[in-house]
Amino acid sequence: MPKIGILALQGAVREHAQALADLGADPLDVRVPGDLAAVDALIIPGGESTTISMLLDSAGLREAIAERLGDGLPVFGTCAGMILLATEVVDGRPDQRSFGAIDIGVRRNAFGRQVDSFETDLAITGLVGEPFPAVFIRAPVVERAGPDVEILATVDDEPVLCRQGPVLVAAFHPELSGDLRLHQLFLGGI
Amino acid sequence: MTESTDRRATGTDRVKRGLAEMLRGGVIMDVVNPEQAKIAEDAGAVAVMALERVPADIRRDGGVARMSDPAMIEGIKEIVTIPVMAKARIGHFAEAQVLEALGVDYVDESEVLTPADEAHHIDKWAFTVPFVCGATNLGEALRRISEGAALIRSKGEAGTGDIKEAVRHLRSILGDIRAITQADSTELYGWAKKLQAPVSLVQEIAEKGELPVPLFCAGGIATPADASLVMQLGAQAVFVGSGIFKSDDPAPRARAIVEATTHFRDAGLVGKVSRNLGDAMRGEESNKVETRLSERGW
Repeated sequence: MPKIGILALQGAVREHAQALADLGADPLDVRVPGDLAAVDALIIPGGESTTISMLLDSAGLREAIAERLGDGLPVFGTCAGMILLATEVVDGRPDQRSFGAIDIGVRRNAFGRQVDSFETDLAITGLVGEPFPAVFIRAPVVERAGPDVEILATVDDEPVLCRQGPVLVAAFHPELSGDLRLHQLFLGGI
Repeated sequence: MTESTDRRATGTDRVKRGLAEMLRGGVIMDVVNPEQAKIAEDAGAVAVMALERVPADIRRDGGVARMSDPAMIEGIKEIVTIPVMAKARIGHFAEAQVLEALGVDYVDESEVLTPADEAHHIDKWAFTVPFVCGATNLGEALRRISEGAALIRSKGEAGTGDIKEAVRHLRSILGDIRAITQADSTELYGWAKKLQAPVSLVQEIAEKGELPVPLFCAGGIATPADASLVMQLGAQAVFVGSGIFKSDDPAPRARAIVEATTHFRDAGLVGKVSRNLGDAMRGEESNKVETRLSERGW
């Protein structure tokens, strides 16, 4: 049973843990560098990217995670997690730093404020069956995707689900909709 | 591959409660101007609550407390990238409509302001913007949820810096939830009657063992250890009102409360971040205050 770490500094941690447990994986909260040693893959959940970014530094997790990512650790970032894994962040705070694990530029809060947050049915490349019920909450979009980035889904022609090697990122929250197919896709790649 | 639909559903339960889920493990800070909002964001707040006076000043000044000046809320929205919440008076749906039109991310129908309706809270289902409401017990929490609240916070006794009311409210809400999970199906009707709350919500609690929406703590948090206490009791995030900007040195205290909320089980860390923060807000004992804000709301 693969051990999947979930960065548990702030945000929607337990929804990811539930999805992973439902799929028979072993979720593990990651709060300090020592927690990383045991994990076969990592999820960076939704939350406030500015807050999580700050807490990554104070917990000494930034270097530890960067090192594992450099070694090819499979990682799935949702919403704030996508922002933290991108190469560039437009509209972020000037001191906000990201891991640069996937060659994309993202814009924060690209769909507007909370009153513009929405649910929609999303067609996803490689996913069989019904469209995916996607929940977008003050969501980011991908404004630039590098040549090695696969775009798996779009909204208004803007990428919202991307993959590059072991890195999968979603602008929306698959952990909130009760549909396990994207977690399954991620686990399948480990 | 099936086609995407162009349909977008805004203001759904999932979208409203979803933002609250994203704030879990975080600190929402009361701010009265853009400078404070910046300090809050720099310290790692997950959201700010824009209001004209913090509860301690509302207590001191007296008078009628109302929704803040929209210009002030706009000023705060411009300066931070994190969600901005604002307060409307209990039952004052017109203030809530204004806040929704302003594009605030959450409306707090708050007992800290002077109530506008002595019998009714706002029908929150009628809005796209999500609402947070205070509660002192489970019945109150469920009545607010039945009216459409997407997030519940303990009321505590705002503006006192005294944590005991928040502790009482959390223990009451969570204790009753634990008892309901042990009740049989017949007893759930008795619980609904006792709590003056819809039986469907009581049944949902019996099944899930928790509220249908997130539960945060507010009212009286002044130190990192206070944040750790309420998180260990079962709150999922904390609101800090007067506790930060009524203290000696707001920025480091704000930062320390953020750290303590994340690492609330790590007493060593809570101790470390609590060092040399200067004086906490002076506060006053919640049972000695003239106006009990927590008794507002029905």
